[in-house]
Amino acid sequence: MANTATHDHAHDHHDHKPHGLKRWLFATNHKDIGTMYLVFACAMFFMGGAMALVIRAELFQPGLQFVDPGFFNSMTTMHALLMIFGAVMPAWTGLANWMVPMQVGAPDMALPRLNNFSFWLLPFAFTLLLLTLFVPGGAPAGGWTLYPPLSLQAGDSFPLTIFAIHLMGISSILGAINVVVTILNMRAPGMGLLNMPLFCWTWLITAYLLIAVMPVLAGAVTMLLTDYFFGTSFFAASGGGDPVMFQHIFWFFGHPEVYILILPAFGVVSEIIPTFSRKPLFGYESMVYASASIAFLSFIVWAHHMFTVGMPLAGQLFFMLSTMLIAVPTGVKVFNWCATMWKGSISFETPMLFSIAFLFLFTIGGFSGLMLAIVPADFQYHDSYFVVAHFHYVLVPGAVFAIMAGVYYWLPKWSGRMYNEKVGKLHFWLSTIGVNVLFFPQHFLGLAGMPRRIPDYSTQFADWNMVSSIGAFIFGFSQLLFVYVIWSAVRSGEKAADRPWEGAHGLEWELPTPAPYHSWETPPSRAVISQGAMH
Amino acid sequence: MANATEHAADKYYVPHESPWPIYGSATLFVFMIGLCGWLNEWYGPWVFATGVVMLIALFVGWFAVVINEHQRGMYNMQVDKSFRMGMMWFIFSEVMFFAAFFGALFYARQLSVPWIGGEGVKIFNKLLLFQDYTATWPTNGPAALGPRDDGSFETIPAFGLPAINTAILLLSGVTITIAHHALKEGNRKILNIFLAATFLLGFLFVGLQAEEYIHAYTELGLTLSTGIYGSTFFMLTGFHGVHVTLGAIMLLVIWFRTMKGHFTPQRHFGFEAVAWYWHFVDVVWLGLFVFVYWV
Repeated sequence: MANTATHDHAHDHHDHKPHGLKRWLFATNHKDIGTMYLVFACAMFFMGGAMALVIRAELFQPGLQFVDPGFFNSMTTMHALLMIFGAVMPAWTGLANWMVPMQVGAPDMALPRLNNFSFWLLPFAFTLLLLTLFVPGGAPAGGWTLYPPLSLQAGDSFPLTIFAIHLMGISSILGAINVVVTILNMRAPGMGLLNMPLFCWTWLITAYLLIAVMPVLAGAVTMLLTDYFFGTSFFAASGGGDPVMFQHIFWFFGHPEVYILILPAFGVVSEIIPTFSRKPLFGYESMVYASASIAFLSFIVWAHHMFTVGMPLAGQLFFMLSTMLIAVPTGVKVFNWCATMWKGSISFETPMLFSIAFLFLFTIGGFSGLMLAIVPADFQYHDSYFVVAHFHYVLVPGAVFAIMAGVYYWLPKWSGRMYNEKVGKLHFWLSTIGVNVLFFPQHFLGLAGMPRRIPDYSTQFADWNMVSSIGAFIFGFSQLLFVYVIWSAVRSGEKAADRPWEGAHGLEWELPTPAPYHSWETPPSRAVISQGAMH
Repeated sequence: MANATEHAADKYYVPHESPWPIYGSATLFVFMIGLCGWLNEWYGPWVFATGVVMLIALFVGWFAVVINEHQRGMYNMQVDKSFRMGMMWFIFSEVMFFAAFFGALFYARQLSVPWIGGEGVKIFNKLLLFQDYTATWPTNGPAALGPRDDGSFETIPAFGLPAINTAILLLSGVTITIAHHALKEGNRKILNIFLAATFLLGFLFVGLQAEEYIHAYTELGLTLSTGIYGSTFFMLTGFHGVHVTLGAIMLLVIWFRTMKGHFTPQRHFGFEAVAWYWHFVDVVWLGLFVFVYWV
């Protein structure tokens, strides 16, 4: 055991915090690193959001108004990469950093220095990616899926994009290893796997998915790199390769990736709905098994992203049916959330509002996913705005709303202060109305035949595009309220109690507010653990 | 120290602030932007070379800290277990990286090459696009890519050098196991000898692979750009070779440590991590030997 460490703790019973810039640059504390992750994710969310607004401004009416088509394509590509790898994934890792040690009764993450390494890779990775905006040929414009041969026609941006993805991948893998090890090895005695809060469970499964598929993405983009620079022919038929092979390898990563984005959201919502329904979660174990089933199924459905590219009939049937099977465990989850609220004494604070919106709107996205799973129907929907509407429903009012719900829910524990409920609710209503005005009409556009990733369109699509763009600006600008409400809470919010939500369960609420710098320096006793579970 | 051990059971170890993580991130940034600039011909290899030097300093510096902390007894059994789990999951991620390339190999052999050759409903590929091409394996595709003017190339037979390399790696798996048992029994002499034998076998393997590559490039017409066969062959064996090289360097470091008397029969995570890694590259090689060279 650490001579120096024990010495220091003896000196200073409470928070031994390093000060100044070193606290952040050389951080080993899970809360500091979690905060950096969340701030970084927020910055990327706004940057990616600004790109989305460029897209929606251009699409406000038919014709080319503001940007040239090449730059428009760069915007769609960069928007996706920033939002997926820069905003949603780091936000989840940030929440895991903050909450997992507190929820399992640990002082910190299992591998604190590795933790800081995974964080600091991200700013460097996104520096590389954003540099592409300024190189000859412009930023990557072939879509975030990087399909060859189109992606191989990129200019100087090409290696920057590839290496940025490598760095993001390393960051995700190391972050995920840390979460797995923390959950499996750092649980307080008496905290069995099936006593863990669902946020830990869903993150454990997410981390497993990350470790399994991020290396596959690394392999896929490495093959692109060697095809581009070193004369290999993985994706060129002239040498015996096949561009479709890239799609298979990419989506073997890509489909588990969408569950990486959404599984932690299931966890957060499963914490918040019981709290504000003042009832225990309905069907805890079935939630765990449903999450694991979703993770397993996610490995055997990838080709539903590429029905129109051509594959044997047996393949189409297999991928259609396995995809529809995912609706079963997902249905279990939705049922359980509804059953948790059933006859509960529900109150509608901001985290609960976001969670309920998640429940309804994510389900809409799930249903449009089922429509897309049907092969003959997909032949019509493929690459249309219907697909755009589908995945934005699961990612924005799905993943992003759950992140916001989690931030509102745990902010009092983090900062020791309450946010302004009125502004929080205003933020919620503007976001929810905005997001539906933004994305719901895109279903109509897609079914009417509007293709995705185009800067100009036929005049028949003009009305709904205008509506959608208005929704985009409402949604985009209302996110400034989110920053304001957090800022004002941290600066001058009312002091929060140790358990600010009367129905809250879990170990994190047994800690004082704000949570001490090293969460649980000694493991919580079994009494404290069961007290946390009972509350 | 005795006092500290008492606390080990009920206190966790949280390391203090460290400059290495952010230095490591900056290192990878320099390494990668150096490579980008070099590939794009913005500037020469110098930024990349700086990145390589920084990377070596990273490994030396960061591992020195960890080894030093371990020697001072700062890690309790829980930290030890975290390291073990971390290493296992890291190796799992490496397995999945190789899986992507094996996937590409199987896809090409079983699907894309027969399709280009006009198998089944893909007959139109044959009728319209590639009339003169017959699907075979190994292949360099309808365009017969490669260095030779006539588009021909030769492959390396499995039961030559590759079989010898297989024997070398399997033998090294045996020697490291003997070394491990010796370590657990406290027989340092056997440990040092067999550990040395292991990394020597590792470097011998790398040397023979280099020999094979030179042979392929200069005499067989087999290069990275010899169609899909050359692509899968060199990417799979190349990434494996890089991993063997790293593994052998890791073994060398461990050997220096055993020579200095590090590790106890009970506590030797560093040794075990390297041994696991070595077995991992061994198993990957068996897959390569069977699917790349043999069948």
